[in-house]
Amino acid sequence: MSLLTVSDLTASYGASQALFGVDLALAEGETLALMGRNGMGKSTTIKAICRMMPSQGEMRFDGRDLRRLPSHRVARLGVGLVPEGRRCFADLTVTENLIAAARPGPWTEASISALFPRLAERRAQVARSLSGGEQQMLAIGRALMTNPRLMILDEATEGLAPLVRQEIWQALARLKAESGLSLLIVDKSLAELRTICDRGVILDRGRSVWAGRLDALEEDRAHALLGV
Amino acid sequence: MSTGQIGGQPPNPRGIFGPKKQGREALLNALVLLGLVIVPLWAVMADEPFTITLVTRAVIFALAAVGLNIALGLGGLVSLGHAVFFGIGGYAMGILAWHAQNYVPLFEWPVLFEGTKSMPVIWAVAVLASALAAFCIGLLSLRTSGVYFIMITLAFGQMFYYFAISWARYGGEDGMSIYVRNGFPGLNTLDPIQFYGLCLAALLLGLLLHARLRRAPFGLALNAARQAPERVRAVGLDPLRLRLLAFTLSGAITGLAGALFADLNRFVSPTMFSWQLSGEFIVFIILGGTARLFGPVVGAVLFVLMEHWLGALTEYWHIGFGALLLLIVLFGQGGVIGLIAGKARAHD
Repeated sequence: MSLLTVSDLTASYGASQALFGVDLALAEGETLALMGRNGMGKSTTIKAICRMMPSQGEMRFDGRDLRRLPSHRVARLGVGLVPEGRRCFADLTVTENLIAAARPGPWTEASISALFPRLAERRAQVARSLSGGEQQMLAIGRALMTNPRLMILDEATEGLAPLVRQEIWQALARLKAESGLSLLIVDKSLAELRTICDRGVILDRGRSVWAGRLDALEEDRAHALLGV
Repeated sequence: MSTGQIGGQPPNPRGIFGPKKQGREALLNALVLLGLVIVPLWAVMADEPFTITLVTRAVIFALAAVGLNIALGLGGLVSLGHAVFFGIGGYAMGILAWHAQNYVPLFEWPVLFEGTKSMPVIWAVAVLASALAAFCIGLLSLRTSGVYFIMITLAFGQMFYYFAISWARYGGEDGMSIYVRNGFPGLNTLDPIQFYGLCLAALLLGLLLHARLRRAPFGLALNAARQAPERVRAVGLDPLRLRLLAFTLSGAITGLAGALFADLNRFVSPTMFSWQLSGEFIVFIILGGTARLFGPVVGAVLFVLMEHWLGALTEYWHIGFGALLLLIVLFGQGGVIGLIAGKARAHD
């Protein structure tokens, strides 16, 4: 049974419709890439799943209907979000960011420190004074502290320098290998997604137009839909 | 803000003066505490009971503002109706003690209850009643924010104020006098220093609770909800619940202060519900330092001292006080404590 199922999802920003029918399914322990060019509905799909905006269509997490739940209830069900643009609690320290989000489970401040040793070095530093890469690590750590079953990463490596991106991707690969956590990753880098994701879904103008194993995605199709 | 390299900032987030300034604040807090112990003891030895009463008044006001500081300092909730809880605490004492002193049953069913003159019972009723009121008021008002929240809490304050004025059974506009101060097991509460000891202990407990709260997950999440409620929801927390709990705790502490204040004066009246008093609680916090642990204490002590000294010089003493407040707001980096100890983080 799928952990997350989204069928015929539609959503609008006022009079402007952004999603026209998105379908995706993600099994427990699976890593799924959600891809598409800018403005094709990736972040809107994430917001709809996390109930941060109204939507129509079916959304189920572990069999539970998400459509009537407020966003914090979706998070409590086990959907951890690493939002676009990091968005840490700017005036709290690294440790305080982690403690504020903590829910019982295997992920603790110590295990986050093991995953991101640089965060441990900066535990007393306020989030706003961290570098972009460290803020991203903190955003991932904070989502892990909620001990989710599914972690959604929205453009987690956007705007980061190559070395930092590499470090983030390595951490995600470790997460996948060691924790069995399900991951839904929104990113533009097909090459890096291919190293970690089992399957992918491509959105085009608010619709899911391709779904399958990433190694089965032909180059000309990728070029047409993703511009790569 | 990618730097291309992880890390590049100095490990100390508060700059090179950080620890020194933090140390300065701790020293200031210790000095204030020391003053609150030494001055009343000196007053006992010098036979100056009025000084003890003055410091008791300051300590009770400080406790009320410590309560408000949980909502305002940690949660960013500017409540202009906190006198409601102060008044409820006061009337809890007044009603229970009035029935006990006049031998008039408060209720006869399911059991006969003739009120009480026991402080612990009165405090429990005051805390529970103000917590309940804060919960109900919070449930309605916390759905708004900003100026609407200020206005709705003010409106609740006025409702309670006019209700108390029209409550003829308990003195209406004239209020109620209680002839003898209520009792506490093992203490002579008529002795000013012993009653002061109780009030100081309550203040210390309030400060301890605040200090624990702001470092606990609840306090951190409350602070985070003030900065970015949508991010707090994303980690599975409901900002409304966090604020409601903070507002309820806050009201309960202010209610306890109200019960103590009524016992200090042995008198309760609708002025305990007045919006001016709610405003003064906010002023104590701003004067001392918003979100500073000892901000409300410093603010309340300064207010009571100025009320006493400037009030002896002129009945227009509020003008001088207003000017001081203006200077502090304009030039202080977070109240008097900020002036002395330097700027702190938003929730320090």
